[in-house]
Amino acid sequence: MNSTWPVLTSLIAYPLVGVLILVFVQKEKWVRVLTLIFGIIEIILALPLLKFKLGSSAFQFQEFHPWITQWQINYHLGVDGISYLMVLLTIILLPLCVLCSWTYIGKRIKEFHICLLLMTSACIGVFVALDFVLFYIFWEAMLVPMFLLIAVWGGPERKYASIKFFIYTLAGSTLLLVAMIAFYKQAGTFSIPELIAKDYPFRFQFWAFLAMAIAFAIKVPMFPFHTWLPAAHVQAPTAGSVLLASVLLKMGTYGFLRFCLSLTPAASVYFAPMMIAISIASIIYGGLVALGQKDMKKLIAYSSVAHMGFVTLGIFIFNLRGAEGALMQMLNHGITTGGLFMLVGAIYERSHSREISANQGLGKFLPAYLFFFGLFSLSSLAFPGTNSFVGEALVLIGTFKKNMLLGLLAIPGALLAAAYMLRLLQKLAWGEPSAAKGQDWNDLSLREWIYLLPLAILVIYLGLAPGLALKTMDASLAKILNHVLVR
Amino acid sequence: MNFKVQFLLPELYLLAIICILFVQSITNSLKSKTKWLPYAAFAGVFVSIISFGQNGYMLYNTYKIDGLSQFFKFVIFLGFAICTANASQNKTIKREHFADYFFFMTLSTFGLLILASTVELFSIYVALELASYSLYVLIPLRNKDAKAAEAGIKYVLFGAVATALGLYGISYIIAGQQTTFIHALAGMSWSWAENPMALIGFGLFLLAFLYKLALFPFHFWCPDVYQGTSNETAAFAATMPKLGAIVVLIRIMALMPGLEVKTIIAIFAALSMTIGNLAALSQKDIKRLLGYSSVSHAGYIMLGLVSGTAYGLSAAAFYGLVYMLMNLTIFWVITRLSSSGRNIYVDDLNGMYHSSPALAFTLAVAAFALVGLPPTAGFTGKLFLLTSAWGQNFNWLVIVGAVNTAIAIYYYLNLVRHAYTVKEVAPLKFTLSPSSTALALLLSIGVLYLGLVPQDIFNWLMKTSHFILS
Repeated sequence: MNSTWPVLTSLIAYPLVGVLILVFVQKEKWVRVLTLIFGIIEIILALPLLKFKLGSSAFQFQEFHPWITQWQINYHLGVDGISYLMVLLTIILLPLCVLCSWTYIGKRIKEFHICLLLMTSACIGVFVALDFVLFYIFWEAMLVPMFLLIAVWGGPERKYASIKFFIYTLAGSTLLLVAMIAFYKQAGTFSIPELIAKDYPFRFQFWAFLAMAIAFAIKVPMFPFHTWLPAAHVQAPTAGSVLLASVLLKMGTYGFLRFCLSLTPAASVYFAPMMIAISIASIIYGGLVALGQKDMKKLIAYSSVAHMGFVTLGIFIFNLRGAEGALMQMLNHGITTGGLFMLVGAIYERSHSREISANQGLGKFLPAYLFFFGLFSLSSLAFPGTNSFVGEALVLIGTFKKNMLLGLLAIPGALLAAAYMLRLLQKLAWGEPSAAKGQDWNDLSLREWIYLLPLAILVIYLGLAPGLALKTMDASLAKILNHVLVR
Repeated sequence: MNFKVQFLLPELYLLAIICILFVQSITNSLKSKTKWLPYAAFAGVFVSIISFGQNGYMLYNTYKIDGLSQFFKFVIFLGFAICTANASQNKTIKREHFADYFFFMTLSTFGLLILASTVELFSIYVALELASYSLYVLIPLRNKDAKAAEAGIKYVLFGAVATALGLYGISYIIAGQQTTFIHALAGMSWSWAENPMALIGFGLFLLAFLYKLALFPFHFWCPDVYQGTSNETAAFAATMPKLGAIVVLIRIMALMPGLEVKTIIAIFAALSMTIGNLAALSQKDIKRLLGYSSVSHAGYIMLGLVSGTAYGLSAAAFYGLVYMLMNLTIFWVITRLSSSGRNIYVDDLNGMYHSSPALAFTLAVAAFALVGLPPTAGFTGKLFLLTSAWGQNFNWLVIVGAVNTAIAIYYYLNLVRHAYTVKEVAPLKFTLSPSSTALALLLSIGVLYLGLVPQDIFNWLMKTSHFILS
C-alpha cells in the first residue's frame, strides 16, 4: 500500500526540518534566503506528485503506518483529485509568501518564517490526511502559527483580530471533534476511506452533518459565521492574508466535500436547500458589503465571502458542473485573492495606507503594478479568459441546470463583483491622485515581479486551458456525487 | 500476615527518604542541606518502574499490588521528583525550614503512594488523612503572607468537612453491605431500589474524593488555596493529591454503581467544566486561574469515570498522568518567573518571549496542552476521555466537554499571547540556570511525547483496567 518514496510525508516533514535549521540561524538575511530555498526545495520535493494518475478516483501516493492501534488511529496519507490541486497550491505559495514579506516584515524575522513553514506543513497535512484524527491534528495545528502571524506581525487591532480568529475557528473545531468521536463509535474506525464506505442511519447523519457543517462553515466562512474574516484579513501581514485567503478558507470547503458529502450523503441532500440559501446569502451579502468599503484589504476580504459563497453553492447543487466549478473556484480564489493581497501589501509598503482614496490615481506612476492589479481584478470579477470565469461559469451552469430560479438569484453576485472590483480598479488607475507623492514611488521591483508573475501566469493558463485541472478532479468529484445521489 | 518486600519497594524507598528528612529536620546543622532530595526522588521513579508487573494482595488483603497501583506509584514518584526539583529554590521559606518543608511534602506523597494500593475503605481513609494532614502544614508555610494563613485555614476546614462526610459514608456502607473491602463490595448491588443505605454511603464516600479533586460543588477552596500558598506548594497541591483521588475513584467507580450515581456525577462534571472555565476567564492571578482550570479538568476526568468501561478507566488514569505533567510544566514556568516568590499575574508574562524563549515555549506547550490542542498530551488525553464516554448514555456530557474546550481557549491563549505578542513594559528580572532551562524543555518534550506516542502506556492501562473490572 505504501508508495516507494513517501512523497507526502516528505512534503509535511520537510518544512519542519526547515524550522529546526532556522532555530540555529542568527542573521536575518540568511533566514529569508534559507526559507526561500526551503520553499523552492519543497516544490522540487513535490515533483513526484506529477505522476498523479488522471481519471482515477482512488487515493494515490498512499502511506500507511499504524499509530495508536488501540483506537485504530493510523498515520494514513493520500491524495485524490480533490486534494491534489490544493496541495500544489499550498506548496507554490510558500516561496511567494517569503518573497512578498521580504521587506514587509521588519521584526522577529526568524519567528515569522518559522510560522510560515509550520503553516505550510500543517496545511498540506490537512489536505492529505486520510485518518480523521490525523486530519484533526493538522486542522488544529495550523491555528497556532496563524494566530501568531496575526497577533505578532499584524496591524494595530491585531489583538482583537487574532483572538477572534482563534476562538471562532476553535469553537467550530470542537463540534468537529464531537462528530469525529461519534463516527468512531458508530463505525469503529477513524480511517476516512473506511468511514466513507459505510452507511449511517439518517438520524445519525443529521446530527453529524450539523456538527461538521458548522465547523466548516466557520472556516469557509459562510454568512453569518463570517465576522472573524474581515478582522483577521485586515490585521494580518500580507503573507498571513495570502495564506488565510488562499489555503485556510479552502479547508472549510474541502471539509464539506470530503466529510459532509462523503460521510453524510443523505443529510447533505436534506440540508442542501439550507446550504444553498446560505451560499446565495453569502454571495449577495459579501458583494454588497464589499461595495461599501474604503479599505482595499477589507474590500477584498468581503469579496472572499462572496466568492466562497459560489464555492459552497457549487458543492450543494449536486451536479458535476457545479462541483467542478466549486473546486476550480477554490483554486482560483487562492490564486487571485492571494495575488490581490500581495498587491495591496506592495502598495502599502509605498503609501503606508490601505485606503483607496490614499492610493488612487496610480496609473500614471506605476504602470506595471497596475497591469497586475488589473489582471487580478478582472480575474476576481470573473472576466472571460481568466481563471475565475471558468469556475464561476461552471457553478452558474450547474445552478441553472438544477433550478432556473436559483441561477437567477446567484447572478447578482457576479454583477456585484464587477461593480466593486471595477470601482476599485477605476479609482486606482484613473482616479485623481490624492497627492503628488506617488511620483516618488518606484514601480514593481524584480522581487515583486518574481512573486506576482507565477500567479498571473496561472490566472491566464487556467482561464484559457482549464482542461488539465478539470481532468484531475473529475473522477473524484463524480465518485462523491454518485455517492450522494444514489445514497 | 503475608508480607513481601519486593511488593513494597517504592513505599520502602520513600520511607527511607522520610527517615533521612526527619533526622535532618531535628538536626540544626543539616536543616538546609536538602539538595540531594530531587536526585533521590528521580531515582525513586526508577524504583517504581522496577516494581512494575507485580500482582498480589498484602496486609490482610487491604493492600493490593496491581498494574493500576504500580502505574500510579510511578506517576506519583515522577510528580514528586518534579515538585522537589521545583521547590529546591523556594524563596518564601527560610533555608533552615527546608528539611521540615520537604519532610511534610514527602510524608504527603507517602500517603498518596499508599492510597494507590489500598483496597479497604478504612485504610483508604487513613491514607487520605496522612496525605492531607501533611498538606495542612505545608500550605500556610509562606513568609509574611496573610493570604497563606487564610489558605491554610480554608484547606483545613473544607478538608475536615470532606473527611467527615467520607467517614460518615463508610459507616453507611458498612451498615448496608457489612464489609469494607472493595473486592467484596464489587459483587454487591449498588442500586437505589435494593440497597439505598449503601448507595447513600457510597455517595458520601465519593464526596471526600470529589473534594480532593476540586469537582463542583466542592471546588470553593481551590483557587483561594492556590493563590494563598507559595508557588512551589501550589504546584504540589494542585497535582499530587488529585492523583490519589483519581486512583481511588477509579477503584470505586469500577464497582459499577447504578446509573443514578453516574448521572449525578456527570451533572457535577458538566457544571464543573463550565463554571471552572467561566470563572477562569476573568482571573488575573495565574495561580487562581489555574485553580479554576483545575476545577474544569476535574470535570473532564469524570468523563472516563462515569463511562465505567475499561476504556474509560484507562482514559481517566492516562489523563491523571497527563494532567500532572502539563500542570507541573506550567507551574515550573510560574515558579521560575517569580524570583521573589510572589504571585505571578498575567501581565507579568509580557514579553517573556524576549527574556527567555525556552520558558515561553514551555509555557505555550503547557497552555496548549491544558486546552487540549493537538499534538500535545492534553489533546490525546481528552480524545480518549471523550471517546470513552460517547455511547455510554453520556453523549451530552461529551458535547459539554467539547464546547468547554472552546471557552477555555480564551484564557489559556491569553497567557501565550502575553508571553509572545505583548511588549514588556518593565521586564521581570529572573535568572534561569541551564539546568532549569533543560528541565523546562524536558517537561515540554514530555507533554508532546505523551501526545504523539500514548500507545504503550495506554495499552498497559487497558490491561490493568480489564483486570480490575474482571
